[in-house]
Amino acid sequence: MAVLSSIGLSKRFAGHSANDPSVLALSSVNFTINHNEFCSVLGHSGCGKTTLLTMVAGFEQPTEGELLLDGKPIGKPGWERSMIFQDYALFHWLTVEENISFGLEMKNVPRDERKSVVKEYINLVGLSGFDRRYPHQLSGGMRQRVSIARALAVNPQILLMDEPFAALDAQNRSLMQKEMVRIWERARKTCLLVTHSIDEAITLSDRILVMTRRPGTIKADIKVELPRPRQEDDPGVILLRRQIKELIIDEFEVER
Amino acid sequence: MADAVATAGNAPLERSSSFHLLRRLRTLGLLIAVLVLWQVVSMYVLDKRTAVLLPSPTVVTQAFWELVVSGELFVHMRDSLKREFVAFLWALSAVPLGLAMGWSQTVHDQIDPLIEVLRPVPPLAWIPLSILWFGIGDIQNQFIIFLGMFFPILLNTISGVKNIEPNLVRAARCLGAGEGRVLRRVVLRAALPQIITGIRVGLGVGWMALVAAELVGANSGFGFLINDARTLLRTDIVIVGMITIGVIGLIIDRAIRYLGRRAMPWSRTFSA
Repeated sequence: MAVLSSIGLSKRFAGHSANDPSVLALSSVNFTINHNEFCSVLGHSGCGKTTLLTMVAGFEQPTEGELLLDGKPIGKPGWERSMIFQDYALFHWLTVEENISFGLEMKNVPRDERKSVVKEYINLVGLSGFDRRYPHQLSGGMRQRVSIARALAVNPQILLMDEPFAALDAQNRSLMQKEMVRIWERARKTCLLVTHSIDEAITLSDRILVMTRRPGTIKADIKVELPRPRQEDDPGVILLRRQIKELIIDEFEVER
Repeated sequence: MADAVATAGNAPLERSSSFHLLRRLRTLGLLIAVLVLWQVVSMYVLDKRTAVLLPSPTVVTQAFWELVVSGELFVHMRDSLKREFVAFLWALSAVPLGLAMGWSQTVHDQIDPLIEVLRPVPPLAWIPLSILWFGIGDIQNQFIIFLGMFFPILLNTISGVKNIEPNLVRAARCLGAGEGRVLRRVVLRAALPQIITGIRVGLGVGWMALVAAELVGANSGFGFLINDARTLLRTDIVIVGMITIGVIGLIIDRAIRYLGRRAMPWSRTFSA
């Protein structure tokens, strides 16, 4: 059952002047994401993967083609497509619980229900006891936990993630990737993750879409059927990593 | 004072209250020296005829006490503060205007040329015209103060809105916030530290403009007090007026900073 489908999706950015040519960022991108599937889009920086995500979120409109959520065209941004940002984008004037509660208020969820939902998600992401803290009092990893809880609390149809762990140091990054697996297994959601890290994609995903260089298209659609949690030295993981690396290096050579 | 320096590295003493008192006194050292010098100059250096130009601190203190006992000082203070406050309420209109200009490029493009022409005109340059418009009294004074406050608040609000991280707005949108809620719950809140900074600057500029407006266009207030005392050659009252103006300006500024810190514990803009 497809939650998200992209049909012949293209995006062209206009140039700034007559001499400045327009840029084709994405060219006829086709894929579908199934219910409760964790799908990663993997590619070089500048391949248009973030553009793809901003169109799914509704911040940008496609030049050609269609994006459908549950069969309906995607319009303005909304809670049914909540997003986790690389820079967390937490509301720094609100406490942890107020941040998580924000989307619920926007959905007009009654106060009592808001309270219990906020509590549930604070527990889920492992932030009990930090309810009243402000974001500036938290470490990077903890801030991203708040951001995850905030995006999940509105119960979106699809959860969007834009390089969510790229701002963390190596140790925290691998810890948060493991945490994401744990959270996702407890709160099953359809997820679309954009990343340039092969290991991150392998650790988390059911499916990996490898993109070409600009203009971006889907180069390979790889199903990952390894059991979770995945260790980086599992034979299956090593094999898959090598396979994806070759696809990506290939892409590098085409460029030259 | 030498003791305070010597014990500065001593951890237990650093926390003691007597140490803090000494430190406080040390920072006031130059101020005290200036007062002593002033006293000496007016008592021993100036002769009988020139002493009236610089009355000594003790004479000024006596004049201060007279004005306090007679209640005259408080009448002027009340009138000046009232003008500052009324003008401030009007100047708060710069906040919604600044939000609109920072948020919408169309609004900005329409209003900005007008603002750019009016802004460099000093509030004091409006005094002659404003006396013809409003006569002498509260409204004319408030108008001048309003002009002094309006632009700092407006410009800070605009830049506060323009400097918001775009992802904050995006995050709010994809959590289901519509345009109105994005403005009220995110843009206004994120820009608040800079809006309050604008208010701080505005209240300061307004306070300066107030005294200038009262010098020529009022029958009460600190500006009137010092100008009136000048005609009577009561330099002691002039100096009392000047010092009071300075102290009240300082208190207003500190109060805004304190309120900003209390209301926005998440912001570093107002930390000491």
